[in-house]
Amino acid sequence: MKRNFHKLGEKLIEGVITASGLVTSITVLLIVFYLFKEGLGIFSQTPVAEGSLLAVNRQNQVSELSAAQVKDIFDQEITNWQEVGGANAPIKLFEIDDITAYYTEEQLGPDFAFLPQRINEVVAKDPHILAYFPDEYLAHNFPGKRIELANISLGDFLAGRQWYPTIQPAVQLGVLPLILGTLWVSLGAILIALPLGLATAIYLAEIADPKVRNFLKPVIELLAGIPSVVYGFFGLVVIVPLIQDVFGLPVGETALAGSIVLGIMALPTIISVSEDAMRTTPRAMKEASLALGANKWQTIYKVIIPYSVSGISTAAILGIGRAIGETMAVLMVTGNASVIPHTFLEPVRTIPATIAAELGEAPQGGIHYQALFALGCILFLMTLAINLTVDFVSAKKKENR
Amino acid sequence: MAFGTPSPSHKSKKLSQSIAFFVFRLLSFSVVAILLVILGFILVQGISVISWEFLTQMPREGMTEGGILPAIVGTLWLVVGSMLFAFPIGVLSGIYINEYAKDSWLKRFVKLMTNNLAGVPSIVFGLFGMTLFVNQLGFGDSILAGSLTLGLLALPVVIRTTEEALKSIDNSFRVGSLALGATKWQTTSRVVLPMAFPNIITGLILSIGRVSGETAPILFTVAAYFLPKLPNSIFDQVMALPYHLYVISTSGTNIEASRAMAYGTAFVLIVIVLLVNLLANWLRRYYGKKVKMN
Repeated sequence: MKRNFHKLGEKLIEGVITASGLVTSITVLLIVFYLFKEGLGIFSQTPVAEGSLLAVNRQNQVSELSAAQVKDIFDQEITNWQEVGGANAPIKLFEIDDITAYYTEEQLGPDFAFLPQRINEVVAKDPHILAYFPDEYLAHNFPGKRIELANISLGDFLAGRQWYPTIQPAVQLGVLPLILGTLWVSLGAILIALPLGLATAIYLAEIADPKVRNFLKPVIELLAGIPSVVYGFFGLVVIVPLIQDVFGLPVGETALAGSIVLGIMALPTIISVSEDAMRTTPRAMKEASLALGANKWQTIYKVIIPYSVSGISTAAILGIGRAIGETMAVLMVTGNASVIPHTFLEPVRTIPATIAAELGEAPQGGIHYQALFALGCILFLMTLAINLTVDFVSAKKKENR
Repeated sequence: MAFGTPSPSHKSKKLSQSIAFFVFRLLSFSVVAILLVILGFILVQGISVISWEFLTQMPREGMTEGGILPAIVGTLWLVVGSMLFAFPIGVLSGIYINEYAKDSWLKRFVKLMTNNLAGVPSIVFGLFGMTLFVNQLGFGDSILAGSLTLGLLALPVVIRTTEEALKSIDNSFRVGSLALGATKWQTTSRVVLPMAFPNIITGLILSIGRVSGETAPILFTVAAYFLPKLPNSIFDQVMALPYHLYVISTSGTNIEASRAMAYGTAFVLIVIVLLVNLLANWLRRYYGKKVKMN
């Protein structure tokens, strides 16, 4: 009896432990589920702001416009219908506020009761008009032709060069500048962190005596423990003004500032991973090299570094992963301009910084909100790819041994 | 060539080694210098701001004066809340991976997923926490939602340290206990866990440091821009130290006037990190000695 009770207890505990073990897996699956559920919603939305519509005169041959064309038209960069496949005539823009130029308040009626009718008249009169107005003023006998904007496609989303998620009448959701901005800042970070980190790892693994090592290790741990917002703050009050002065820039918030801060933040990862890799070099190999007359330095760069190259690349990849996902520090020092970067001395905007800066203002379930989740998906996939690469590299390494 | 005189190539060999080692030493100590500059700068600028009032008063005058009490209390709530969630589950999960799981695809899957969760960017945790805890489960912007989000973020850290701690326990202890007729759980709870406990606690302390400094996960799950009162329940919003630092250094009503407050807040955050690291190191050393003595 008592034994059975014990057995039951054991089973119960094992169940609890197994369930706990599954929490991380379930979390990852839930993250994927929710991220993609919200993020993929963007591909079934049109870029026209909800509750509004675009319309033209019925005689107009144009019946389709892209989001980018709409933006260019309203920015007056496209001014002729010919440029978007119509007749050779200037585009006449009409927005709801313009109605007062056509009609007096009296003609619009009390509480704008005649407004739909007046819009009908305006659109019917001018064959070259492009009207943008709220749905609620659409009369059921509307004489014009609605312009349907195609749903946002994956291609437009990934390759689009303009990120204006809130402009009227058609939002521009091109994430290329954000993706490139993220990679650009991370690349800079790794260029700074890798030489410094590798040198420190070599020093720690092979050169430093135990006393120095015991001093350096906690220092590096401390570097890993400083919150990213503190790095961001330090960057903001020290590095940004410094860059501004040194390069004589109008603003110091640049990709370079982001790269420096991220580089420092990636250092602990790079140091500890590559040091561990170097330490796994078999003693026999090192001693064989020394016995052949090589000195310590030759042993390091002819034996230890080649041996631990996969570990070093793992370190670099993990460092990049850390940099790509970092939010607050980057948000605070890179200036957040969503343009495709060309140099390190101009502001850039990364994916995490965009999410952090804009999600608070995006109405839930709207196109902007979903676009930010889609950005989250891209970020998740980037870091997942990095993690799987690392797993693959280290599995391969084990195999080779 | 006379026997014993070093050849020119030998000399250049030696020279290149000296140069290389010098460069490595220089670069390594520049890492130390970076840390010292960051720490020193914030500690020096911040110390003059720190006073009893700063630590115990509400922010005033658009967060340019007064103190940071609600942010300190908020961070405390979040740390305790997230650890109440992450610590038990993380330790049990570590026990599962190291003690209970058979060498099967499931174990490999769990390890892979734990690794992946550790690599998920903190802002993605924020997105996830907002959809699941704030919206789906209806917790709203609350300590509960924020703690759960932070807890999930800390989970891989706790799991990994537990796993490492358990791995370092010699198998003979387990075999011995089992041979004496103890069940698996008895062996785990009375033999293995007590031995691994110091290392597990070190992991807990380090994850407290991590959680108290995270900003991105709490942006959309709990953090309040300005809320000069202390929370009454886990369904309240709170201010938090890292978010407060972000707010007053980038988007406050008067950034220049609140600079001093920002230095003070950064000072408090740095002190938390220093304390956490010192405590962890001390524990490691203390128990390291004790184990050796046994």
